[in-house]
Amino acid sequence: MEQFTGKVWVLGDDIDTDIIIPTEYLALKTVDDMKQYAFSPLRPELAGLIQDGDIIVAGKNFGCGSSREQAPEIIKHLNIKCVIAKSFARIFFRNSINNGLLLIEHPTLYDVVKEGDTVSVALNDKITHNGVDYKINPLPDNLMEIINAGGLVKAMQKRNGLR
Amino acid sequence: MGMTIGEKIIARAAGVESVKAGEIHTVNLDYMMSNDGTTHLTVDMFHNKLKKPRIADKDKLVFIVDHNIPAENPKTAAAHRKMREFAKEHGIKFYEGKGVCHQIMVEDFVEPGQLIMGADSHTCSYGALGAFGTGIGCTDFLYGMVTGKSWVMVPETIRFNLTGKLREGVYPRDLILTIIGDVGANGCNYKVMEFAGEGAHNLSINDRFVLCNLAVEAGAKTGIVEPDEKVVEYVESRGRKADNLFVSDSDAVFEKVYEYDLSKIEPVVARPDFVDDVIPLSEVGEVKIDQAFLGSCNNGRIDDLRVAANILKGKKVHKDVRFIIAPASNSVYLQAVEEGLMEIFLESGAMVMNANCSVCWGSCQGVIGEGEVLISTGTRNFKGRAGHKDSKVYLGSAATVTASAIAGKIVGA
Amino acid sequence: MGNTLIEKIIMKNTQKANVAPGEIVTVNVDRVMIHDIFIPFVADKFKEMGFTKLWDSDKVVLIYDHLVPTSAVEDVRHFQIGDAFAKEHNLKNFHKADGICHQLMTECGYAKPGDIVFGTDSHTTTYGCVGCFSSGIGYTEMASILGTGQMWIRVPETIKVRIDGKLPENVTSKDVILRLIGDLGADGATYKVLEFSGSAIDEMSVASRMTMSNMAIEAGAKAGLFAPDEKTCEYSKVKMEDVAWLKADEDASYVREMTYKAEDFVLVCACPSQVDKIEAVSNLKDIKIDQVFIGSCTNGRLEDLKAAAEILKGKKVAPFVKLIVTPASRSIYLEAVKAGYITDLVEAGAMVTQPGCGLCCGRACGILTDGERVVATNNRNFLGRMGTSKVEIFLASPKTAAASAIAGKIVEA
Repeated sequence: MEQFTGKVWVLGDDIDTDIIIPTEYLALKTVDDMKQYAFSPLRPELAGLIQDGDIIVAGKNFGCGSSREQAPEIIKHLNIKCVIAKSFARIFFRNSINNGLLLIEHPTLYDVVKEGDTVSVALNDKITHNGVDYKINPLPDNLMEIINAGGLVKAMQKRNGLR
Repeated sequence: MGMTIGEKIIARAAGVESVKAGEIHTVNLDYMMSNDGTTHLTVDMFHNKLKKPRIADKDKLVFIVDHNIPAENPKTAAAHRKMREFAKEHGIKFYEGKGVCHQIMVEDFVEPGQLIMGADSHTCSYGALGAFGTGIGCTDFLYGMVTGKSWVMVPETIRFNLTGKLREGVYPRDLILTIIGDVGANGCNYKVMEFAGEGAHNLSINDRFVLCNLAVEAGAKTGIVEPDEKVVEYVESRGRKADNLFVSDSDAVFEKVYEYDLSKIEPVVARPDFVDDVIPLSEVGEVKIDQAFLGSCNNGRIDDLRVAANILKGKKVHKDVRFIIAPASNSVYLQAVEEGLMEIFLESGAMVMNANCSVCWGSCQGVIGEGEVLISTGTRNFKGRAGHKDSKVYLGSAATVTASAIAGKIVGA
Repeated sequence: MGNTLIEKIIMKNTQKANVAPGEIVTVNVDRVMIHDIFIPFVADKFKEMGFTKLWDSDKVVLIYDHLVPTSAVEDVRHFQIGDAFAKEHNLKNFHKADGICHQLMTECGYAKPGDIVFGTDSHTTTYGCVGCFSSGIGYTEMASILGTGQMWIRVPETIKVRIDGKLPENVTSKDVILRLIGDLGADGATYKVLEFSGSAIDEMSVASRMTMSNMAIEAGAKAGLFAPDEKTCEYSKVKMEDVAWLKADEDASYVREMTYKAEDFVLVCACPSQVDKIEAVSNLKDIKIDQVFIGSCTNGRLEDLKAAAEILKGKKVAPFVKLIVTPASRSIYLEAVKAGYITDLVEAGAMVTQPGCGLCCGRACGILTDGERVVATNNRNFLGRMGTSKVEIFLASPKTAAASAIAGKIVEA
């Protein structure tokens, strides 16, 4: 089972897709061009501070708003290991799975964690913070299939005999 | 010795009996116009560079937001806000989103014989009403705003004697482009282009705007059409006065005199990237276009929209062309609605914008991309004027632009 | 046990005798919509996945609206990629400058009662107004549908919203949906369907219903559905007997039921910067505004322009306040011209722009700057949505917006 540990950035409730990446930057050519503007309406400095393997912890309704898939892609390109939130908006949720960005729903972790803390995750099992374990629910099978294939593109490539 | 129109206007503004080319005079300004291209810079200088900032006469100032309206990013929005707040604070006449500055100036302010400076190169348009309008930078604007005065060196005048009438399908746009092509982009550098003769008087006021507006593209300080009854009617019908109709004296000194027979003018286009690279439309060859633009202070008036609608009626814009139409002012827009032109435009597949500088300014609406070709009724076709540095702009008449939008390539109507 | 509307649509599509919330099913997609912002990414992923052919090119609709007209040089790249994709796959359902995608999808009959439609835009929920199950997806998922014609979904639970009675004067469907979002919270319907019914709903035009299904996503909903009636059939050009199956059973099972008296609704705004931060307009005292925006896929339809025109006719927009009107489609713009609404709006001082997403998606057509406040009829007031993060956005109905434009502050119509 996959396990990892990372430093936490804390964001609030209703972090919408326009905060994750404003429309102004959506016509830039690549996600790598865009990622410097991630979260810029809320915290313009944040994209520059995030390091490989960091974890975002947020409140409810993370990723609400637009269907822009750049939102999870950018978070993935910033090498965020996973996003843990009280709840996720549904388009964002599917887009994340399809891009192999790991999302974990947890109802209370957000209330206890502080920015700069470290948390450990055992996939489909538990999160550990300050020595306390928080149980997490496993993802449904059909989603694990996409994740196990390495995202939807790879799943389709397999279907089309490219792999 | 006699004086030209330009000299008479300067003499009046300077409060002297007569002036001669080459003299420098301090002049009282009748109006000063500034748009959102640079007003925010002027406002910054007003606050930061002056010990005792004051405004000489707020009633002579007109601020017009027309270049990036509605704003396309927070930066231009901030420039507008600075301008709006300043106008509000000082009681300056303020227009926002009502049309292109020069069109608003002639509709609402300009009178014959006035001397007007504007922080925009195409301020030379006001010569259509027998006024002397000229473009200045924002430092000059600041000086004028604070003192109510400016200085001018009296320019020499080059006279264009026009005879005859333009043939059907040939427009003042073709005439002025032809002239610029003949004299060159600096052929009238710091001169007054004076248009006179029965050919000039045959032209409507709107036609005269087209001529004067592009005078700066030949380098001129201004362009003036000898004012006549048509000017009086235009100005008086808008509740203003036409007291100072200046015409050149018979013994006035012209640096040069050109003769143009309007009946010999043909449709032309200016090729990228220079306004004076003018060729007959018939020689343009096979040039596919990506976008067409009808509008601007040069060619966005009701006459131009009528020409376009006449050609577009019952036809469709080519599937590979974006055809953008921006009336020069709200009154032009409303007239176009009333005459049913707007319906023709919308049914044809054209995009109709609010009254503003639009594609001619090239940074807010209809910005063109790499390698694209635009045919435009705008004022300039400089490199990158309408967007990407590797895009191309051809200039043509409203008729040529519209016909090209239908054909997908540059053609005549 | 009976079924809800969404279950009926899924059952019909999958030819299953019954489905229940939580079940994972694969549906056959009736239509997809891709817009200009995401076409480059869809085209890339489609290729990367190893597809060469669309599953059915007649079922694919490509619409340019977010970048129309362009406001930056890089915008055109999206058109170039879209044009090439359309050509390669022989797309016939292709709109380059006809209006906002969601308006065109129902207006042109691409989304019909009982259909299952996905689009690369969160407001794809709009087509629920005609009893179509439609929802937004990302570009990777879109690419896989383009290749397979199928998509998996988890059958959503349904929240029943019943509104009976008569709405007070000037209260519109916008006020209703804003109040509902306020009551539900921005995540209150996450992955659920809002199913609207009741006599007040029956009274609404299809256009008014569109406003509500459009904004269902703002409560996190997967869809906002209305069972078709005579009005729907007329709008969507279908026969009542063909859609008679499309209604919820009496004994259908709902996860929640919300019942309202129409008489209890009042004029409301969503206050900055959350869509669920709802306040009665009467409680908003002396909130001065800089700009008003009437348009978008939420409220840019003919009845919205009519409502605004009736309020603004013969009046003027307050000094230093801008009013931007963006019709949702070319045909709406044309109808509004013919009906005289556009004349009333422009005479009052409005700027009317080409139909498109413009200001609502934050790319052009009226972006604001620090310290400015806007009343807007669109669907989102997120931080930074229309400019900088220091812009305050109040969402309201077209009537509230129009009345506020005249007053220069937020007021009731």
